[in-house]
Amino acid sequence: MLDVRDVHVHLAERLVLAGVQFQIEAGEFVGLIGPNGAGKTTLLKTILGLVTPDLGQVLVDNRPIRRGNPAIGYVPQKVHLDPDTPLRGRDFVALGLDGVRWGVPLPRRSRRERVERALGSVQALTYADAPVGRLSGGELQRLQIAQALVGEPRLLLVDEPLSNLDIRNAHEVVRLLHELARSRGMAILLVAHDLNPLLSALDKVVYLARGRSMAGRTDEVMTSESLSRLYGYPVEVMRTRGRIVVVGGPDMHLVPPEAADHAGLGEWEATTP
Amino acid sequence: MMYLDAFVHSPFWHSPQVWHALFITTSAGVVSAVVGVFIVLRGQSFAGHILTDVGATGASASFLFSINSWYGFLSFGLLAGAGMEALGKRTRGRDTATGLVLSFFMGLGALFLFLDTRVSNTADVTMSVLFGSVFTADPNTTPWLIGTSAATLLVVAAIYRPLLICSIDAEWAQARGIPVRWVGLLFMLAFVVAAEDSALAMGALLSTAFLMGPAAAGVRIAHRIGAAIGISALLAVMAAWLGVGLAYASYNWPPAGRGYPCSFLIADILFMEYLGAGMAARWRAHIRRLGGKRCT
Ligand SMILES: Nc1ncnc2c1ncn2[C@@H]1O[C@H](COP(=O)(O)OP(=O)(O)OP(=O)(O)O)[C@@H](O)[C@H]1O
Ligand SMILES: [Mg+2]
Repeated sequence: MLDVRDVHVHLAERLVLAGVQFQIEAGEFVGLIGPNGAGKTTLLKTILGLVTPDLGQVLVDNRPIRRGNPAIGYVPQKVHLDPDTPLRGRDFVALGLDGVRWGVPLPRRSRRERVERALGSVQALTYADAPVGRLSGGELQRLQIAQALVGEPRLLLVDEPLSNLDIRNAHEVVRLLHELARSRGMAILLVAHDLNPLLSALDKVVYLARGRSMAGRTDEVMTSESLSRLYGYPVEVMRTRGRIVVVGGPDMHLVPPEAADHAGLGEWEATTP
Repeated sequence: MMYLDAFVHSPFWHSPQVWHALFITTSAGVVSAVVGVFIVLRGQSFAGHILTDVGATGASASFLFSINSWYGFLSFGLLAGAGMEALGKRTRGRDTATGLVLSFFMGLGALFLFLDTRVSNTADVTMSVLFGSVFTADPNTTPWLIGTSAATLLVVAAIYRPLLICSIDAEWAQARGIPVRWVGLLFMLAFVVAAEDSALAMGALLSTAFLMGPAAAGVRIAHRIGAAIGISALLAVMAAWLGVGLAYASYNWPPAGRGYPCSFLIADILFMEYLGAGMAARWRAHIRRLGGKRCT
């Protein structure tokens, strides 16, 4: 379904992606994990055709990507909506169905029903008539997912859907996406910087750090050995009470190795194999 | 009945100037009201000021060469629109540079107006450029104005949905394969026509009343984009007709025989409508709250 091959991307003279490689099959629920600034959003934009790789390529259904492929649904990390934006939830979702067409939309029953179904599948019917600009972050998040779903894509790219949600809602959204992947055979690539809320649902993890990737089953990727290789310095992956914690990675609020060096705390380097 | 009779048979309806004024203000009002909703969505009201100010320079130049002022408005407006499109994102955050270029054009406009008064020895030119000329406009302009307004409405209808997505989030639009650049270019064209038609009707200084007033009111009241556009257009037409009617009647108001400027009356009606819309929106929210309480 999705085949990312050795993708390199420069942005403003900086090598953001330096050899990212993984595949996703239909029906797979995959987490794209990595610290802030790792290039997760850049990778999604590359898959969407908004960023052109300097090297390597991305194939969707064995064909090179093109912009506006209706087989790909996209939920951006952030949309800015003015509180006075004159759009109701259902109008917002309807834009996902036929928003790219020319002309003024005609009210048709099949159109209304599809929008209704998408709203129902994310349990957003209760606030479907409220102006979108005034919804809470979590409510808007669901509408964005509905908007991507209504076009019935076969690959869904979701950028950090969980960062706006409390734990209960985060689990709810993960459960929802997991079920969509199962029931519709949809491939889902979900970006997150914390793996834990996803652990039970994921089929596969793509871990991104320093522009490179490590892909595979969770228990293959999330080991001290493979992540240390990816980061290029030793990090430790610990499992406690069903949670996975990466100790020493830049996403932990610990002293990073470079800073540790400066401060004369060189233990991390000392243990380099 | 008597009033209705007097109204229907009033000489108001038999004056060709009045009909031209009605056509000019209505077409400028409707196109500005429709385009205005997207201007509000895109947060481009400052661009509206630029277009009409630069357009005014063109209009004052056109009097020097005895050309119809609408051509002056439109040609300079297109120039300004093309300039803004070419600079694109680079103008963002460069308010100083934009302000300086703008004041250069306005200075040029002032010079032309000064030269105009030298040539024709009248202050009417200044008044009509800055405050509009619905009753004295060249009648040959009217069909052009109606035609361009109608064509602009068709363009907006044609790009309606992609334009909406571009206005909400350009990057998302790009990801969905919308030719964002072309949609933006077509919208800029519509924007120029709306701004300059409205500048001809209302004058360069008051044209933003038509561009922003009805749209801002529509967006405040309505929760749907279609309704916002409909309300905006309706408010613009109401203001246009009421304004022209009052301007006609004002020849009998004290001080007698002078009449009040039409654009001033329209701008004031639009302002009242905006205030009314604010109250309607608050009232609506209040009713909702009461209704909500009863439900739970
Ligand atoms: N248009 C751009 N021009 C230059 N650099 C960019 C651009 N977009 C992103 N970057 C840089 O590329 C790097 C990766 O950015 P990206 O947004 O892909 O990170 P991310 O993994 O999505 O981070 P986050 O978790 O914070 O969303 C960052 O260092 C960022 O500063
Ligand atoms: Mg990101």
